[in-house]
Amino acid sequence: MKLREIAHSRTGDKGNISNISVIAYRKEDYERLRQAVTAERVKQRFEGIVRGEVTIYELPKLAALNLVMEKALGGGVTKSLAIDPHGKSLSSWLLDMEIEGE
Amino acid sequence: MRSIRIGGGAGYGGDRIEPALDLIRHGALDYIIFECLAERTIALAQQQKMRDPEKGYNEFLKYRMERILPLLKEQQKAGQPIVKIVTNMGAANPVSALRMVKSMAEKEGLSQLKISAVTGDNVMGAVDTYGDHIVLETGQLLRSLEDRIISANAYIGAEGIVRALKQGADIIITGRVADPALTLGPLIYEFGWSMTDYHQLGRGTVAGHLLECGAQVCGGYFADPPYKEVPTLWNVGFPIAEIREDGKAKISKLPQAGGMVTKDTVAEQLIYEIHDPSRYYTPDVTADFSGIWLEEEDKDCIAVCGASGIKHNGQYKVSVGYRDGFIGEGEISYGGSGCCERAKLAGEIIRHRLTPYAKEIQECRIDIIGVNSLYGGGEGLADVESVVDNASDNMLARDVKDAETAKEADSFTMCGAEAVGECRLRVAIRSNQRCIARLVGDEVEALYTNGPAGGGGARKYIREIVSVASIFIPKDGVNIRVVSGDDVREEECR
Repeated sequence: MKLREIAHSRTGDKGNISNISVIAYRKEDYERLRQAVTAERVKQRFEGIVRGEVTIYELPKLAALNLVMEKALGGGVTKSLAIDPHGKSLSSWLLDMEIEGE
Repeated sequence: MRSIRIGGGAGYGGDRIEPALDLIRHGALDYIIFECLAERTIALAQQQKMRDPEKGYNEFLKYRMERILPLLKEQQKAGQPIVKIVTNMGAANPVSALRMVKSMAEKEGLSQLKISAVTGDNVMGAVDTYGDHIVLETGQLLRSLEDRIISANAYIGAEGIVRALKQGADIIITGRVADPALTLGPLIYEFGWSMTDYHQLGRGTVAGHLLECGAQVCGGYFADPPYKEVPTLWNVGFPIAEIREDGKAKISKLPQAGGMVTKDTVAEQLIYEIHDPSRYYTPDVTADFSGIWLEEEDKDCIAVCGASGIKHNGQYKVSVGYRDGFIGEGEISYGGSGCCERAKLAGEIIRHRLTPYAKEIQECRIDIIGVNSLYGGGEGLADVESVVDNASDNMLARDVKDAETAKEADSFTMCGAEAVGECRLRVAIRSNQRCIARLVGDEVEALYTNGPAGGGGARKYIREIVSVASIFIPKDGVNIRVVSGDDVREEECR
């Protein structure tokens, strides 16, 4: 199944850093979310886009993760040649990631 | 326990005004804030000010005030307290903005309104002394930007806003302040919070953070049917924060407005762009979002619990705007069977035609919109020709023959390409020279008569890049001042 089945997401930006939230719809899916969305998997998912470190902050009381991805925006919002320089569409790509379960 | 109501009147510089007017009319607000400065907006505003010393404030300030002031007049006529306004729409020129709003208020018969500007964020005069500071984005010394610097503005805190309120201001116009300070200022003033009560300041900061993106907490930028449905999104409202003296905040919207305020909409905005949740840096407090939980108090009313904060780091972050070259873009559409093949061929043609200028081109990117423009390099996606090169591995610098071979090798295996009924080629380049950057648009346009069959809707764009370099400076280098309408007049008389 896709991550989209259990979580929603929004992307923000700061310079060359992309910051994506991933929030479980239901509290009981938080643990599953934690296991599915690891720094390693996120890097893999954004291969060719994210060129720096991925840090994942946990917000258990909100059943949410906060992904901070460095060197993710083609050199930064101002000079990126991408059509979506803020990387606003990255959250939708993340939500299409396959995770275990049905 | 006492509480005040603050509305979020804008989520960005060009935001819609109608939901803000509804809040002023029907929100029983004490304050409304308008957060209108993105990271590099102030550098662009500074460029406007250099062209015209009276300009450099938010371009929608006049438009917004033309609609807001009559509402304040109505409130005054009805004997109600007027809603106070706090905004950073002053951008690079809060004093000129103050002058304009003051003359508008006078024309509206609101001459007794006290309008103040907060200045001091502009530290351009001292930028030469920061040459040894390290730029957070690049790790280099600020000095390396030399004469390309066009602006330097410190993210100042709530102090100037609090002072203006103590002097009786009804409308406060600032330049660069930390976004949550627009909310924190009124809270400190109303509740007499101490500037060292970091727990309270942290809680107020969280409320400010939830208001500062306008509709984004009320169901804006949220809908994703059928997973996330938002009622009457076309009429989405702006948020109201009701904040108690102890800092606890409730987020809601007008019942007649569209959108919704749920735990999910609030959570998305809460985490938005905060990076480390336990350390959200502002000049007034390092807020701690990590212990926050949300409770649904009522339909469209969410309580935010568990926020806190610790002492700030004693420094101001300064955004230094600098000229950073030019971006040129060209686009053209292809349709029908084989459209992606033709778009790809067109991209190859552009690459050949730009090759003689490769040394002057820092980066080139070729996308096919509708196929690979958003996630070009990602897993499982079409590998058409999403090319992002840097100076050391410049696509254009490669020998043309190599490119031909590479083309053969990278077989054109586009997932579902046959199903694409239309697509759009987009080529973008960056160069330090405007005359080079514009070539790409000219060449894409020339595809009409010199490219594959059936290309249509060519467009070309060119823009100067204004980038932002961030440094930290000690707080004592910044002199925050409150300028009121009367001061301005005195200054004019002199």
